[in-house]
Amino acid sequence: MVLLLAVNMVTRAGFSLKQLKMWGIIRQKVAAGGGSPVARIRPVVSNLRNYSSAVKQMMVREALNSALDEEMSADPKVFLMGEEVGEYQGAYKISKGLLEKYGPERVLDTPITEAGFTGIGVGAAYYGLKPVVEFMTFNFSMQAIDHIINSAAKSNYMSSGQISVPIVFRGPNGAAAGVGAQHSHCYAAWYASVPGLKVLSPYSSEDARGLLKAAIRDPDPVVFLENELLYGESFPVSAEVLDSSFCLPIGKAKIEREGKDVTITAFSKIVGLSLKAAEILAKEGISAEVINLRSIRPLDRSTINASVRKTNRLVTVEEGFPQHGVGAEICASVIEESFSYLDAPVERIAGADVPMPYAANLERMAVPQVEDIVRAAKRACYRSVPMAAAA
Amino acid sequence: MALSKLSSSSSLSTNILKPLTNSFFLHRPISTDTTPLTIETSVPFTSHQCEAPSRSVETTPKELLSFFRQMATMRRMEIAADSLYKAKLVRGFCHLYDGQEAVAIGMEAGITKKDSIITAYRDHCTFLGRGGTLLEVFSELMGRKDGCSHGKGGSMHFYKKDSGFYGGHGIVGAQIPLGCGLAFAQKYSKDETVTFALYGDGAANQGQLFEALNIAALWDLPAILVCENNHYGMGTAEWRAAKSPSYYKRGDYVPGLKVDGMDALAVKQACKFAKEHALKNGPMILEMDTYRYHGHSMSDPGSTYRTRDEISGVRQERDPIERIRKLILAHDLATEKELKDIEKEVRKEVDDAIAKAKESPMPEPSELFTNVYVKGYGVETAASAVGCGWTWSEKLNNRKSDGGMTGDVCYRIYTIDSYKAVRYLQTSWQLAMCSAPNGGPPLFLSLIFRLFYCHVAQLIKSHADKRHRLIVVSLPASQATFKL
Repeated sequence: MVLLLAVNMVTRAGFSLKQLKMWGIIRQKVAAGGGSPVARIRPVVSNLRNYSSAVKQMMVREALNSALDEEMSADPKVFLMGEEVGEYQGAYKISKGLLEKYGPERVLDTPITEAGFTGIGVGAAYYGLKPVVEFMTFNFSMQAIDHIINSAAKSNYMSSGQISVPIVFRGPNGAAAGVGAQHSHCYAAWYASVPGLKVLSPYSSEDARGLLKAAIRDPDPVVFLENELLYGESFPVSAEVLDSSFCLPIGKAKIEREGKDVTITAFSKIVGLSLKAAEILAKEGISAEVINLRSIRPLDRSTINASVRKTNRLVTVEEGFPQHGVGAEICASVIEESFSYLDAPVERIAGADVPMPYAANLERMAVPQVEDIVRAAKRACYRSVPMAAAA
Repeated sequence: MALSKLSSSSSLSTNILKPLTNSFFLHRPISTDTTPLTIETSVPFTSHQCEAPSRSVETTPKELLSFFRQMATMRRMEIAADSLYKAKLVRGFCHLYDGQEAVAIGMEAGITKKDSIITAYRDHCTFLGRGGTLLEVFSELMGRKDGCSHGKGGSMHFYKKDSGFYGGHGIVGAQIPLGCGLAFAQKYSKDETVTFALYGDGAANQGQLFEALNIAALWDLPAILVCENNHYGMGTAEWRAAKSPSYYKRGDYVPGLKVDGMDALAVKQACKFAKEHALKNGPMILEMDTYRYHGHSMSDPGSTYRTRDEISGVRQERDPIERIRKLILAHDLATEKELKDIEKEVRKEVDDAIAKAKESPMPEPSELFTNVYVKGYGVETAASAVGCGWTWSEKLNNRKSDGGMTGDVCYRIYTIDSYKAVRYLQTSWQLAMCSAPNGGPPLFLSLIFRLFYCHVAQLIKSHADKRHRLIVVSLPASQATFKL
C-alpha cells in the first residue's frame, strides 16, 4: 500500500519507472527477498531493463561508416575530407562507399598537407558547413594542432558567440601494433586540456555510432579519438542503436559493468582489457565496476565520483603517457570531491613513460595489459601483491 | 596651376591626376553625385600568369568623397588608439594600420558584403570597412561590453560575420588556410562570392600558405590571397626574410598581380578584377605595395630597422589620404575647406566614440564561462555552490532547436556538488521507499521524506525541458544533511 502511494506520487511527478531505473535510483537487490515491498514490483521493473532484444553483431568500422553515411545523407552541409578518404575508400576503410554515394564534392581526397587542409576545414566551418576532417592517425594532427586549438577551439569564445565551429576531427589515436614511437602517441590528454573542444573516445560499436553522430550534430569542435585495433572488432548492437536517429549524450560515461569493490575507469581499447580484468577479479572475489568514459572532455566527473563513493577504491587506466594524463585528472577530481570516501590511494595505470619501442616484448611492456589492471585493482583492495617495476 | 603643383609632387607618375573626362564646370552636391569619372592609377599593374587589368578606373565623386571620409576616419581611429594605448586603456597588443588604409577601402569598393574577408591581427580598419562602428572598435580595445567581441577578444580578434568579416587572427599565416576554407564553403554553397585572405610579407613565407594555395588551385576555389606588403615583417625587412620578394609571383602556377597599395583606386580595380577571375578560374594572388607608419605594434617604435626619413618620405609622397585629397581638389569635387570640415567631423566622431566607449561597462563576471561551447554540456563552474536554498546553476545557451534531431539528450550545467545532489535524491527516495539498509524509519517519517522528495521532483519537473533526461540541482553542502 505504501508502495502504491509512492508509485502514484512518482508517476504524478512525471517520472516513469523506466527513467528511475536508468538513473539507478531504484536499487536492484540481487538476492530475492520476499519481505520488502519493493521486491513485489521487481519482476515488472526488471523487464524494463532489457528493452533492446535484437543481437546483431557490428564491427566498429561498419558502425563508423554507417554513422558517417547517415549524417551525410541527413544534412547536406556535412562533408568529409582527409587523406585517402575517397578513391582509396579510406585508409582503414572507414569511408568505404561514401565517395560513390555522395560524389567528389562531399568526399574530398586531400594532399598530404595537414596544416593546409585542416585550416581549410575550419574555415569552411566558420562559414557554416559541417566538415568531418579525417587524420590518418592523430600523430599527424600535430601538424595541424594550431588550427585545431587556436582556430577552432577558441573561436566561439574569442568572438563571443559570433563564430561557431561545427567541425569534427576524427581518426585513430594511440598505439597500434608495432608501428613505433612516432605513430603510437595518445592525444587524449593533449586535446582534453583545451577549453572549447569536446573530446570523445568510443569503445564499442554502439559508442562509435552514437558518439560520432552526436559529434557531427554538435555545433562545437569535437576531437573524435578512435582506435585502429578496435576497427575490426565486433560488438552486439540493438535495434535502437541501428536506428538513424540514435545518438549518445556527450559528457556522459557508461558503466559497462557494475561492481562494488573497486572502480576502474578506462576509455577506448582499454575498456575491453578492463572488462577482462574485471572477469578475472570476479573469480577472486573482487567485484570491479568498469566505467567506459566515452567522453574525455567534458569528463563525467559525477559518474566517476558517484562510483568511487560507492566502491571507495579507484584504478584509472589509459594507454597514453602517465604524466599529466587523463588518469591524473580523474585522480585529482576524485581527491577534490570524494577524498573522505577513498579507502586506498588511487592507482594509476598508463602507458610506460617512454617513446613506444618497436620490439614486440618491449611494446607489450609499454602498453597496459590485463595483468597490470588486475594487479592494480588488487593493490587498491590491499591484497598483497608487489608493485610492478617502475622505470 | 594646381595641376602642375600636383604633378611635380608625384614621384611615381605624371599621369596620376589627368582627368579623362572634364567635369570642371559641374559642381553639384558632392555626396550624391554619381557621374562617372575615370581616373588612371598611379602605376600600371604588373602581372604574373595573367593579363593585367586596365589602368583606367571607373569611379564617381561620391565614391571619392566616401574614400576620403572613410580613410580619414580610419587614420584618426588608429592615432586615437595609439593615445589610448599610451594612456594604458588598451592592454596587450595593438597593431596599427595607418598608412595602409587604401587597401581596406579600395577592397571594399571592389566587392560586396556577401564576399568574405579574413585577415591577421592588424584588423581594426578592415573591421571598420566591413561595417563595424567606432564604438565597437574602441570598446573592444578597452575590453568593454559594447565591443564587437564583448570584450573577450581584444585588438586581434574582431569579427563581423553578418557582413563577411571572419577576423582577426593572432597566429601568423593561420588565416590563409582559413580563408581558403571560406572560399571552399562559398563554392560548396554555390554562392558566387569570393574570399579575400589578407596576410603580410612576414606571413608570405609560411608553409601553410603554400599548402592552402595548392589545394585552392587543385579544387578551383574562389580564394584571393592578398599580400599586404609593407616591407617589414615586424623588424625584419623583406630582403632579409624572403629569397624572392616578388610575392605576387610566389604562387608559381597561380596568377598574380602587383598593385600600388597606397592608391585606393588601383586596389579597387585589382580586387574587382581578382573577384571576376577567381569566380571563373580559381585562386589568385594580389600583392599590395603598401606601408605602415607605426611600428609593428605599440611596443615597437618602428625606427630601429628603418630610418625616419624613409617613413616621412613615404608620408609625403605616397600617403593614400593625400592622394585622394589631391584628386578631389584637382577634379574640383570639393573645396579645401569642405575637406577640412570633413576631417573635423571625423575627429569629433572618433572622440565621441571614445568617450562613449569609456563609459561602457566591463563584461559581467559570469561572462568568464559563457561561449566556451555553443551547446553546453556541463561547463563546470569552479566556483563553489551558489547561494542557499534551492538555486539553479547558470546555464549556457540552452538551444531549443538544433535541427530537430531526436534522441538528443543534454544535461544542464552542474556544479561540483551535483553528485551530492543525486545522492541526496537517491537517499530521500530510498528513505521514502522504506528500503534503507537499517530497516527504514517509521511510517510518518517516511511520509515526510516522500513529500519532500515529491516536492523536489515537482521543482525539477517544472523546470524540465522535454529533451532533458536529468536535471541536476546545485546544493550548498550544508544542506545535505541526510545520511544513510
